[in-house]
Amino acid sequence: MRAIQYAAPSTVEDAVAILAEHGSDARMLAGGTDLIVQVREDARDTGVFVDAKKIPELMELSVNADGSTTLGAAVPCHQLYNDAHFTATYPAVTDAARIIGSTGIQGRASVGGNLCNSGPAGDTIPPLIVHSAVCNIAGPDGERTVAVEDFCTAPGRNVLADGELLVSLTLPKPPAGSGSHYLRFIPRNEMDIAVVGAGAWLQLDGETITAARTGLGAVAPTPLFVQAAGDALVGMTADEDAFAVAADIARDAASPIDDMRGTIAHRKQLSYVLTQRALRGAKARAQGGSPTNGH
Amino acid sequence: MTAGNGAYRVVGTRPVRHDGVDKVTGRARYGVDANMPGMVWGKVLRSPHARARIRGIDTSRAEAAGQVLAVVTGDDFPDPGAGEAEANESGMQSLRYMAERVIARGRVTYEGQVIAAVAAASVHEAEEAISLIDVDYEVLPPVLDVRESMQDDAPVILDDLHTETGGVFDDNPSNIAKHFIFEEGDVEAGYAAADLVMERSYSTAMVHQGYIEPHNALAYWNQDGHLIVESSSQGHFGIRDELATMLEHPKSKIRVLPAEIGGGFGGKTTVYLEPLAAVLSRKIGRPVKMTMNRTEVLIGTGPAPGAFMTVKMGVTNEGKITAVNVDLAFEAGGYPGSAVSAGCLCCIGPFDIENFRVDGYDVVVNKPKSHAYRAPGAPQAEFAVDALIDEICEELDMDPLEFRRLNASKEGDLRVDGTRFHPIGNIETIDAAVATDHWQSELGESTGTKRRGRGVASGYWLNGGGKSSAVARLNGDGTVTLLEGSMDIGGTRTSIAMQLAEFLGIPIEDVDPIVPDTDSIAFTGVTGGSRVTYATGWAAIEAAEDLKDQMVEGLADYWDVPAESISFDAGVFSQNGTSLNFTEAAAALQEDGLEVVGKATASPNAAGNTFAIHIADVEVDTETGKVDVLRYTALQDAGTAIYPPYVEGQMEGGVAQGVGWALNEEYVYSPDGRMLNASFLDYRMPTSLDLPMIETVIVEVPNPGHPYGVRGVGEVPIVPPLAAMANAISNAIGVRIRDLPASPREVQAAVANSA
Repeated sequence: MRAIQYAAPSTVEDAVAILAEHGSDARMLAGGTDLIVQVREDARDTGVFVDAKKIPELMELSVNADGSTTLGAAVPCHQLYNDAHFTATYPAVTDAARIIGSTGIQGRASVGGNLCNSGPAGDTIPPLIVHSAVCNIAGPDGERTVAVEDFCTAPGRNVLADGELLVSLTLPKPPAGSGSHYLRFIPRNEMDIAVVGAGAWLQLDGETITAARTGLGAVAPTPLFVQAAGDALVGMTADEDAFAVAADIARDAASPIDDMRGTIAHRKQLSYVLTQRALRGAKARAQGGSPTNGH
Repeated sequence: MTAGNGAYRVVGTRPVRHDGVDKVTGRARYGVDANMPGMVWGKVLRSPHARARIRGIDTSRAEAAGQVLAVVTGDDFPDPGAGEAEANESGMQSLRYMAERVIARGRVTYEGQVIAAVAAASVHEAEEAISLIDVDYEVLPPVLDVRESMQDDAPVILDDLHTETGGVFDDNPSNIAKHFIFEEGDVEAGYAAADLVMERSYSTAMVHQGYIEPHNALAYWNQDGHLIVESSSQGHFGIRDELATMLEHPKSKIRVLPAEIGGGFGGKTTVYLEPLAAVLSRKIGRPVKMTMNRTEVLIGTGPAPGAFMTVKMGVTNEGKITAVNVDLAFEAGGYPGSAVSAGCLCCIGPFDIENFRVDGYDVVVNKPKSHAYRAPGAPQAEFAVDALIDEICEELDMDPLEFRRLNASKEGDLRVDGTRFHPIGNIETIDAAVATDHWQSELGESTGTKRRGRGVASGYWLNGGGKSSAVARLNGDGTVTLLEGSMDIGGTRTSIAMQLAEFLGIPIEDVDPIVPDTDSIAFTGVTGGSRVTYATGWAAIEAAEDLKDQMVEGLADYWDVPAESISFDAGVFSQNGTSLNFTEAAAALQEDGLEVVGKATASPNAAGNTFAIHIADVEVDTETGKVDVLRYTALQDAGTAIYPPYVEGQMEGGVAQGVGWALNEEYVYSPDGRMLNASFLDYRMPTSLDLPMIETVIVEVPNPGHPYGVRGVGEVPIVPPLAAMANAISNAIGVRIRDLPASPREVQAAVANSA
């Protein structure tokens, strides 16, 4: 490991300038729970850490006039699950925030950092997908937005060009009668990485599904938006038959690899089971209850 | 020596342990806390290949780098020659293999083997320097599985290794280092008398002890040629002796300092970094400190062997075992010396079987050289036997504890080595298990895709004795400073001090136990084999007796009476109606100017064998394969539990490690022999959230081979969990799990395949 420079800009403009100057040698540092470990273990060669936490826009968590929420890229997980409005509005995101690492890690680790790390198993990404989050990106050429499902491009890679950073995420206000849930499968009960993760969001009119989105993690090079599963549910009664249809689609959409964390067959099976369980949990929340199966 | 009468004052109580406060407040000094003025840092280059010839090592670029102080390779060490030496917990070992395991000489037999070491002013500079060493490898295809390695056409890993069977060596080199055979009775006649004969094969993966503290060493040389080493180990005398062998330096000129240890479980009974730090230090004349990171610990130290095992057993319809064959093939790793022989000796220990044949094969594969791990060899071997017994009980529709009681070994029964059992607590432990609330309780309903199961298994371990030393120094205020030679990995300072306090009739708080360096106490064997509370406790009792005898002699002068007229009972010295309590006696002797030091070196050899029964309830999610442990009860015969909280702690710790072995722990390899999960993220030990509150029941059948009845307690609790968990899972899902770990993907696949 070589010597590393540390920069702590206080504005987005300054951060962009530093990133642009150092190109791919610079990395944004939020909680550092992935980045510092990767650098220390020689999994990533980085010369400049650019601290995100001194930039107000990256630390912002606020509700906008239209009811949407702005989630700064470096806001740590603990802030989300300690925020009653956020937890009630985007429960799948807080489901993920609560299970990343330990309590100590959650004091540092951020949703934006999880997204920028772009791991296929990133726990917050399927929940952001089902909540239709949009990424607000700043760079030398100004600002742009990207749908969160289009952000990751390959394991550890994303749409950010040299000089660009993720400033925040915008999460639209969910309509009435909707609910979401995220859960993952891990061999242990805590302190582990998802073998498969699944998120679901449902909007109900009585027992009828009027809108739905599902997402999967750790079953493809990037977290997946399984649009077909949600589309198939629209108009159906929110029951086990409907969830089985969506779970089948999710299983087919999964294209996992065999590795030491799981076999293809196991991950396909888990894609089915977890999608089914995520939909059950989303339905329970849409109806004012809470999910009954934890994992 | 006076034996206890069973009405103990100190033994069996629950005092605050002597080292407790320093540990929970962070003051305790561990190996890595050792520092010296002028100290520099060492780091090692490890082989990225699992099997290779080393055609050359070019250290010139590293040596030319400004920040590098020294580079060493195998050439900087004495030629190990062709001899053998005693290795801690591993019996006699080839010196060449021991030396190559510390630093390679011309060949690589596992990924992570040390190729070279460097010293630099900082850790980071040392790490950078490693990348400047150029090694020319001829990479060879590795052999990673024990069955594959035993094939006649398997590539030969060590061309100087020939199979030894009963002292006879094969002519051709082979990957089978040793074939053990233990045989008694007439196995075929036993099968002929059986109503049911069943044969099954089982396997377990290579697993690591998983101690929290990575290996560390600080070495420096005094001007007079003394080598001083500080490292965390399970026995500083063993470290000293191995250093003496490898460096060809006199033992009398090596001093090893003790340290608190952050776990060892058998894995810290040998040297890894110590010789490297010593040679680097000698080369540059400065203290050299070395530490491993977690990945280095996993790939570069000594895990427990993976195993492939076949068991064949005959039973009558009434459930009496008539004969058994046990075939054990263990992965020794890159050099010979797995724990298969202990596996052979233990595998059928809980059972009284007249006709048996046990075959054990010590087999090299291109994985880390295995080393001792808590009851070395027994967890694998007894898993195979206990899992087969569960299948037999199911076939016979027989209660598994009733089966175990019917076949239980007892005093006078035959052991695998052909000798007979001394008094043991096997049946008492089984009876205690039957009486537990757990065994008497209902398992509870399985609902939907959550299936419940209960499993039970036995455990047996030999326990060890051997040489230990203790010195008891009387202080003027009536307290006793106890020096003893055993590195304390399980609270043994307290359990040893309690035996001394018991003998002297003084409060445990008046004893201050200290583990001094190797120059300040006589030889004491390794902290392993569950021997310390037994053997070092024995030495402490003898030292106490010596102290008491000297106090009697001193008081005879003080009182001016014959020593024979002085009696000693419960800490009080009396003669002719006059008494001095222990504190008064100490003050009187100090007044007389007498320094009283009791000492003893003992080598007791009657460590009682020990037995355990574990009961596990699990719930399996058949959709995901996830196994949750609902309830777990561990019972074992502790002889006399000197310090019950730590007996319970050992039982709980053994369960935690055994459950990990059963459920998720395994070394996962790429086809080219690289470990894919060399971190605690993907090498999955259980966390506190993966285990229920473990219930413990201590059974006490005193060992007649110890004054207070001690049996070792630290190892046997890791033996039963593998079979208890596999049996419980099988009971839950209705499909037999014969290959461990029973990870979710394997359990789910088993469910899917049976549907």
